Amino acid sequence: MLEIRDLHVRFHDADHEAVRGIDLTVADGEIMGLVGESGSGKTVTAMVISGLMPRRRADVSGQVLLDGRDLLALDAAQMRKRQGCAISVVFQEPMSAMNPVMRIGPQVEEALRVHTKLSHQERRERALQALRDVDLADAEAVYRKYPHQMSGGMLQRAMIAAAIISRPKLLLADEPTTALDVTIQAQILELLRRLNREMGMSILFISHNLNVVRKLCTQVAVMEKGRIVEAGTTERVFYDPQADYTKRLIAAIPMRKKLC
Amino acid sequence: MLVNKKSTSFRIGLAIAAVMAALALIGYVWTPYDPAAITGSEKFLAPSLRHLFGTDNFGRDIFSRVMVGVGTTFFIALCTVLIGGTVGTLIGAFTGYYGGVVDEVLMRINDALTAFPNILLALVFIAMLGFGKYNVILALGVAFIPSFARVVRAEFARHRTMNYVKSARLMGASHLRIMFRHILPNTRGVVLPALIIGFNNAVLAEASMSYLGIGVAPPDVSLGYMLSESQSYMMKAPWYVLCTGLVIVLLILGVSMMGEGLRKGGS
Amino acid sequence: MKNILKKIGMMLLTMVIVSFFAFLAFQVIPGDPTIKLLGSDATAEAVAELRAELGLDRPFFTRYLEWVIRALQGDFGSSYIYSMPVSQLLDGKLGVTALLTGIAFIMIVAASLPAGLFAASHQGGRLDRFLTILGQVVMAVPPFFVGILLTLGCGLILHWFTPGAFVAPRQGFWHSAAYLVYPAIAIALPRIAMTVKMLKSSIAGELERDYVRTAYSRGNSPSAALYRHVLRNAVVPTVAFLAMTAADIVAGSVIIEQVFAIPGLGRLLLTSIANRDFPVVQAIVVILALLVVLVNCIADIVNQQLDPRLRLQ
Repeated sequence: MLEIRDLHVRFHDADHEAVRGIDLTVADGEIMGLVGESGSGKTVTAMVISGLMPRRRADVSGQVLLDGRDLLALDAAQMRKRQGCAISVVFQEPMSAMNPVMRIGPQVEEALRVHTKLSHQERRERALQALRDVDLADAEAVYRKYPHQMSGGMLQRAMIAAAIISRPKLLLADEPTTALDVTIQAQILELLRRLNREMGMSILFISHNLNVVRKLCTQVAVMEKGRIVEAGTTERVFYDPQADYTKRLIAAIPMRKKLC
Repeated sequence: MLVNKKSTSFRIGLAIAAVMAALALIGYVWTPYDPAAITGSEKFLAPSLRHLFGTDNFGRDIFSRVMVGVGTTFFIALCTVLIGGTVGTLIGAFTGYYGGVVDEVLMRINDALTAFPNILLALVFIAMLGFGKYNVILALGVAFIPSFARVVRAEFARHRTMNYVKSARLMGASHLRIMFRHILPNTRGVVLPALIIGFNNAVLAEASMSYLGIGVAPPDVSLGYMLSESQSYMMKAPWYVLCTGLVIVLLILGVSMMGEGLRKGGS
Repeated sequence: MKNILKKIGMMLLTMVIVSFFAFLAFQVIPGDPTIKLLGSDATAEAVAELRAELGLDRPFFTRYLEWVIRALQGDFGSSYIYSMPVSQLLDGKLGVTALLTGIAFIMIVAASLPAGLFAASHQGGRLDRFLTILGQVVMAVPPFFVGILLTLGCGLILHWFTPGAFVAPRQGFWHSAAYLVYPAIAIALPRIAMTVKMLKSSIAGELERDYVRTAYSRGNSPSAALYRHVLRNAVVPTVAFLAMTAADIVAGSVIIEQVFAIPGLGRLLLTSIANRDFPVVQAIVVILALLVVLVNCIADIVNQQLDPRLRLQ
């Protein structure tokens, strides 16, 4: 469904590439984890895939094929048709990712407003349903609230609701649980897993936290300094790591029980 | 905060302001003609090599008068900023650093005063004191205290809780020392632009007041008063209006470009 | 509720402080209105008599309180110089000044918003630099000089209006407004430049924020993101700025009225100060303060509508 071929990204003001030729494949309905430390290029990759990397900031080469169509070859208007529709993004900080002066409801239904001709009433219905799908109690009340009136966990659920409302093929989640409390983290991961099961939506889950990736993802790719140093099923990568870097990452996880 | 010496607007501004300052300084000791010399025969001459800005309705050389006028304006604006800035900084420093009831009360009063336009405050003071150069300085200086005090207070209140202040206290520094040796230098980034804006506002206020006839008045020479005089002769001698006004504009422009340059290089 | 009470309290406090200071100021002024009225060679008895008549011999605080009580009923006393009630004196002039400042304010808002949007969407590049410098030049020109230039250019040279031939709003509203357009431009021009600069930097700042990226991720075009999301956020600090501008305009009108020979509150204020006509000055100062405070209040309310975070829970 998503296939990245030989992607290179170099920022205009940098003297080295941020992404140095990576190949990645995400199948339909798969949850793939993209792991790496800061500066590894994982967020840059996500931004390129979702069309949020402006041409004037970086040179991008290679191919990003979504169902066979190269996203990098599209012009801005064509890409916008896919943003929020075929590809959705959930960001790390829900509080700042939301418009502070707009109510939750209109923000959740925004993708529908941009991409469909549904009436105001119909959009509202879908938004309420999406809010219920992400386990937010009293959807009507949440619809009317403002972001600053909600907790981080609730806001992130709302962000996910906004992302799934258009039934995208691919959901990009960029460190969605990093800013949340640990107990909430677990709930969000469970939510994502359930949505993936019920909707068949692929998820590209980006994180520096191996533990989280291990809990959620079926496939994993490890990035270091702009390259993918290891890729495979979660089980294989964790129990039989090949690359040195992967081994170091795994060794650095504080664990209560050992992997044997 | 570094002054970005490469900033073009700073350099241009500095150049213009320097020219104005030079005119003012030279004007203190020498002018091409006696600014007060009335000549019946040379009225309303257009600008020429002999009279760069022409002559006015009394036959006086406008360029010489402008030089003296710029000096007056500079002097008044500098004194205003000095008074308003010093007193305002003292008030702002103490209230911002110590806080408490005194701070609250003064803040409310300050809010009331700053809501009210500067010029009107100065007007009231002038009404109390009468016209003339030194009264204008006093009036403007006092009228500018509230806005400086507010800026400085906000900065001191902000810095008061920072770590370097706490460590200075731990090392036994006295409050006064902390305030003026440590915090004050760190507030330059905000205070310097405020001083520059204050200077420009003072120039504007002084010019407006002398234009209205309630500021610097004859026999003192002031640009504002010259402008009001020149208004009656606009068709007959447009250079009078234009040259005088242009000088005011350049003075303000020069200083404000310097201020822009400082801010760009700083932050 | 608590918020509103606090605001009203602030308003009243400001009014009290301003009127008190004005009252106090005129106690300190050397120079009695009696001297003006009677001439400098009046006898001591005549002066004392007049002072008693005008009520100037009573203690300060009593007089202040009396003034406040009467003022709240709309009675500002009588002018010393013109021997008529102050309210009558202010009658027509308040309307003129209000119309002038009103036109100027509308100009500022109407010109700054589109200009600010334009400047923000064309950032970087030569047009931007040019506009920035243009803005700086405009801000450096004193309003009264603009007024003089307009009088010279549009009035005397182009004959678009006749300087000095002012018509009161009562006698011809549109005629009056047409004349007031020029002084309004003089007042408005530098403030338009300032507001545009403020709005532009506000918008530019907002464009860096995360929620804009979210908007793009949902398929919004840059202009859609700007109008649907950024604008409402960027306007909030601008509203506060415009409130300050309103206060500035009021002060500016005092000066501009002189330039264009308009019979408004400004001119009356100046002559009254020169004549030591305390009741008139007092009344005008308080009215201006009230105007400023009102505008600030309105600005606060508008801001609270725009930004829910400013509202009390």
